[in-house]
Amino acid sequence: MIWDNFRIALQAIRANKLRSLLTMLGIIIGVAAVIAVVSIVQGLDHVIATQFEGVGVTYIMVLPRQDLQDPDLAGREVTLTYDDGLAIMEQAAGLELFNPVFYRGEQTRSGDRRHPTMLLGIGPSHQEVSNHWVDRGRFFSDLELHRAARVALVGRKVVEELELDEPVLGTDLIVGASSFTIIGIMEYKGEMFGQNQDDFVLIPITTARDIYGVDAVKQLRLDFKASSAESVDLAKDQIKEVLRRRHRIAEGTKDDFQVLLQEELLERIGAILGTVTSVVGGVVSIALLVGGIGIMNIMLVSVTERTREIGVRKAVGARKGDILVQFLTEAVTISLVGGLIGIVGGWGLGILGAKAIPGFPPAHVPLWAIGLAFGFAAMVGVFFGTYPAAKAAGLDPIEALRYE
Amino acid sequence: MLISITDLRKTYRMGSVEVRALDGVDLEVEAGDYLAVMGPSGSGKSTLMNLIGCLDTPTSGEYVLNGQAVSGLDDGELAHIRNREIGFVFQTFNLLSRATALANVELPLIYARLPASKRRRLALDALERVGLGDRVHHQPNELSGGQRQRVAVARALVNRPSILLADEPTGNLDSRTSEEIMALFDDLNASGNTIVLVTHEEDIAAHADRTVRLLDGRVVSDQRGGARRGRS
Repeated sequence: MIWDNFRIALQAIRANKLRSLLTMLGIIIGVAAVIAVVSIVQGLDHVIATQFEGVGVTYIMVLPRQDLQDPDLAGREVTLTYDDGLAIMEQAAGLELFNPVFYRGEQTRSGDRRHPTMLLGIGPSHQEVSNHWVDRGRFFSDLELHRAARVALVGRKVVEELELDEPVLGTDLIVGASSFTIIGIMEYKGEMFGQNQDDFVLIPITTARDIYGVDAVKQLRLDFKASSAESVDLAKDQIKEVLRRRHRIAEGTKDDFQVLLQEELLERIGAILGTVTSVVGGVVSIALLVGGIGIMNIMLVSVTERTREIGVRKAVGARKGDILVQFLTEAVTISLVGGLIGIVGGWGLGILGAKAIPGFPPAHVPLWAIGLAFGFAAMVGVFFGTYPAAKAAGLDPIEALRYE
Repeated sequence: MLISITDLRKTYRMGSVEVRALDGVDLEVEAGDYLAVMGPSGSGKSTLMNLIGCLDTPTSGEYVLNGQAVSGLDDGELAHIRNREIGFVFQTFNLLSRATALANVELPLIYARLPASKRRRLALDALERVGLGDRVHHQPNELSGGQRQRVAVARALVNRPSILLADEPTGNLDSRTSEEIMALFDDLNASGNTIVLVTHEEDIAAHADRTVRLLDGRVVSDQRGGARRGRS
C-alpha cells in the first residue's frame, strides 16, 4: 500500500515535470543552502581542530594588553619581559617550558627582491613550545643564542617570495638593516582563515635585543607549555597572579596582559561558527516555509485537477484515510525529492565555494547534516501536505464523480 | 433477497426549497436479476443509483444489501461495502488516465488490501473475461471507447461484487459498440452476475429481464420478463 502510494506519487511528479520542479525549488534552495554552509563550516572546523591539535592543548600564550580606551591602562607603560617569563616559570606550577617571543613587522630583501614579513625573535624552546619544527637545516645552537649570532630560520613563503635559489641554507638575507645567514627552513604549515602561516623569519631573541635595543624587547609575547592538559587552568591562574604582583596591579584594576589558552581560542572560534550556522538556519527556515507554501499550493491544484480520480477511488472502495495517505505521500515525496536535489546541489556548491575562497579548507558534509536536511524536508511535506490531503479525503464521492 | 429497499426517501435542500429526489421507493432485487431503471431526467434514478451503490445515505427508509442494513453506516463502512459488494460502471468510463488497463482494474483490489501478486492475477483474469487479455498494458488513451468501457467493466467485476451497477454504460458509445457492451452484460448476467442498469434508452433497457420506471421519485411501473433479445 505504501509502495503503491509512492509509485502513484512518482507518477504524478513525472507527469508534471516542470511544475514539480518549480514546486520543489523552495525546498531545493533551502536544503542546498544548509548543506553548502554546513559543509564549508564543517570543513573549516575540521581544519582548525587539526591545526590546534598540532599546537596542542598545553600551549599557553601571554600577550601584553594595550588599550588606550581603558582608564586602567592609559598613561602607563605596558611591559611583558623575559624576566616576567622567568619569574612565571619559577613561581607558577604546572609549566614545563617557556619561550619568549619578540615580534615586529620587517622588510626582507635578497638581491632586488623585497618582501614584508613578520620577524620573530625566539628562545631555545621555540620548537617544543609551539610544536613547530625545523624541516631542513638546523635550529639555533646554544652558542648562537648566547652570542646573538646573525642567523635566521625562514618559513616557506619567504623562500618563495624572495625567490631564494638552492641551496637556500647558507644564503644571506637582509632583514631590516641587518644581514643574516639562513641556517634552516621551518616545516610547512599552510593557511588558516586565508592567512599564510609560513610567512615569517625567526632569529635568536638575543640577536633581536642586540639590533632593536633593550627597550624594544620589553613588550614580548610569552609562550608556555603546560606539563599536562589538566594543569592548564591552574597554570593560567598562577600566571595571572605572578604577573599582577610583578606589575603591581592594584586590586580591582584590570590586567595589563592577557592569557590565551588553546581551548579558549577553539571555543571562541566554535562560537563564531555556531553563530554563522544559526543565522543561516534562520534564513533557511524561511526558504523552507516558502517552499512548503509552494507545495501546499500545488497540492491544492492537484487535488482539484484530480477530483474525478478521487471520486473513482472512493467509488471502488478507498476510505478517507487511503486518500489522505495517498496525497500526503505525494507531498512528502515532492519535498523529499526536492531535499535530495538540494543536498546534491548544496554539496556541489560547498565544494565550489570552499575552492573559490582562497586559503579555505575543502568542504566536508557530515552525515547528520544530510539526515537533518531529509528530516526537515519530510516535515515540511507532512506539515504543508496535510491540509490539501485532508481536503481530498473529505470530498463527497458523488460530487467528485460529477466534477468536470 | 439481495437488495431490499423499503420506503426509501432522499430529500435535498436547494436554498429554501426542499427537493424530494426519492419519495418513498420500495424495490426488491434478487440475486441473478437483470434490472433496468428508467425514467426521465429528474425522476430520481441517479439518486436511487447512488443510494444502491452506497455512495450516499438516504434521508429515511430501509436499505438492506445482502443481509446488511446499510442506512446507518458510516463513511468507512460504506467504503468497505462499495469495495466488496458493488461494481460500478460509469457513462464516462472514469478510468485513471495515467494508469494502464491492468493498473485500473487492480485499483479495487488495492483498497481490498490484497497482495500485489494476487491483485495482478485477478486483474488479468477480469481483463481476459471482458476480452482484453491482449491490451493489459495499454493506457486508456490508447484504447477505443468500447475497449475503455470493457476495462471499466473488468474493474467492476474484479472484486466479485454482489451487484454490477451500470449508469448509462453506453451513453458515450456508438450503437455498434453499445451492442457489444450490452452483449457483454448479457453474458455476465447469464453467468450469474446481478446487474442493475440505469438508462433512458428503451433498446438498452430491453436487454434486461425487468424494467423499473421512476417518475418524480416514485416507482410507477415494475415489469418483469418480456423484450430481452437473444434469450428465449
